[in-house]
Amino acid sequence: MTDTTTRRSVAELTEIAHRLRRRMMRMAADKGEGYIAQGLGIADMLAAVYWSELRFDAERLDDPDRDRFLLSTGHYSIALYAVLAELGVLTDEETATYALNGSDLPMSAFDETPGVEITSGSLGHGLGQGVGMALGLRLKGSPATVYVELSDGELQEGSTWESAMAASSFGLDGLWALVDCNGIQADGPMVMDIESVAAKWSAFGWSVEEVNGNDMAEIVAAFAALRGKPGPKAIILRTTPGWGVPTIVARDRAHFVRVHEDEWTKLLAELEENHG
Amino acid sequence: MVELKNRAGGMGEVAEVAGPYEVAPFGTALAELGKTMPHLVGVTADMGRYSDILPFRDAFPDRFFNVGMAEQDAIMVAAGLAKVGHVAFVATYSVFLTRRALDFMAIACAHSKADVKVMGGSPGLVNPYGGTHQALEDLAVMRMIPDVTVIDPCDATELKQVVKAAAETPGTFYIRNIRGKVPVTLDDSYRFEIGKSRVLREGTDVGIVSTGFMTARALEAADRAAEAGVSVGVLHVPTIKPFDTKGLLEFASRYPRLVTAENHLRAGGLGTLVVETLFDAAEARPVIRIGLRDRFHPCGSQDYLDRMFGLDTDSITEALVADRWDH
Repeated sequence: MTDTTTRRSVAELTEIAHRLRRRMMRMAADKGEGYIAQGLGIADMLAAVYWSELRFDAERLDDPDRDRFLLSTGHYSIALYAVLAELGVLTDEETATYALNGSDLPMSAFDETPGVEITSGSLGHGLGQGVGMALGLRLKGSPATVYVELSDGELQEGSTWESAMAASSFGLDGLWALVDCNGIQADGPMVMDIESVAAKWSAFGWSVEEVNGNDMAEIVAAFAALRGKPGPKAIILRTTPGWGVPTIVARDRAHFVRVHEDEWTKLLAELEENHG
Repeated sequence: MVELKNRAGGMGEVAEVAGPYEVAPFGTALAELGKTMPHLVGVTADMGRYSDILPFRDAFPDRFFNVGMAEQDAIMVAAGLAKVGHVAFVATYSVFLTRRALDFMAIACAHSKADVKVMGGSPGLVNPYGGTHQALEDLAVMRMIPDVTVIDPCDATELKQVVKAAAETPGTFYIRNIRGKVPVTLDDSYRFEIGKSRVLREGTDVGIVSTGFMTARALEAADRAAEAGVSVGVLHVPTIKPFDTKGLLEFASRYPRLVTAENHLRAGGLGTLVVETLFDAAEARPVIRIGLRDRFHPCGSQDYLDRMFGLDTDSITEALVADRWDH
């Protein structure tokens, strides 16, 4: 059982984020490619959510009163698998099959995988389901909270704003949006301007904090600042894709990273070195 | 000359009928089920009034959610409600769901086998507002999505039973919802069962295979054909998916010729299913498909549109008795 009732220190969470990055690098290294840049970028947020916010028993995945984390960006699945492996839900043997033919851990997340709450990949599907879950849990008198990760690219989907409108209109205290703004999308740097992100969420009736999404102290402080506020809450996380591995960060801010086989050892060393 | 009512009003209600009817069978049935199913919830997208879900809202206001004009969100919210243990009925016009929110029905609902029951209002040619409001292709679209049960009920009696069956059966459903004063055609002894067709009448010359309220017209047309000396059997197929292949083949084996009748495009719905099924089983025989052509349809009252585009009882009768079997 993962004890997440105790809030962890910035130092502890930073260490966990590093372990998540290490797991992601190993999964991608075996394949030579993947959505590793995005995964590395949100590792800090995932560590903070899963190890300091979520009330969640990894041995009771069907607990109806569990807090839920919804990954709306299905292609970030590598990051979620790293979390689930770190929690002991997935084994190392399983994560080694990431994105292989016939694997239960596909490159885009399916809810058949233990610990994965929704099938995502068609973007703009996460927040609305989070709204429905938060409504349904409130109706049942459950204390559970729903955290929805989504990306800056998904802010271009109209469905995201339909859902954002509903969340505040329904006064959903138990809903959080964790918006990963990494500045890239499939065709390169943001092809459609979606700023000012924080102002948009605020205008839709959400309580908002904006942080450097690769600064654990800022992330932890944002959760603390918003916790207990009425209505839905959003944290805008400005992240750097590939954070933790300078060579990946430098690689043309890539949406889909391909790395030559010989390079992985060097990149893994970079990750350890960078962590210090 | 056919007398036409010069009226294109009526928000998606079927044409007024002379016989018995029930008001708002969907919402009434849902409100009744809500008493014993506390996890039943309702969702609409600013179409509560025009989808007949209001009896449920009035009985259980805290279990009813109106998301405004946002069909994608309506489906996502229903999926979210289902994924925390509720059974969610979503009701608005079919066109807005099957055209605008298809991806969300496919992935947020069907892919997860979520307990979302989509009530598609104003199906087929029912709506007077023309191509923008008429869901002519909804059955074809929805039956192409894996893991969706697709049902087109005949009348108020069947619609109520379908709502109950959908509420009690896990998974994602698409149900055509006819609203307002809904005719009662089938008697109290009728029993709907998911995936089962029903022989409503036996004959010898021609078999009609029909779905939705076209079955009521098929029964009427069969009476008229009998007067003309043609003996007609009627197979009612409320469940489009999963399709009752066995039931169809048994029925078809007794008739040299078939007519299919649906309030839908001739392509992609019941007629297509019947032809595919017969052909696959090497039981091909002459089939006349009654349904709508590949075009957008104009505004107009349902009587007017039915006659103009061949969904009325006269058109079915003509297919049964006329010498159209040579080509």
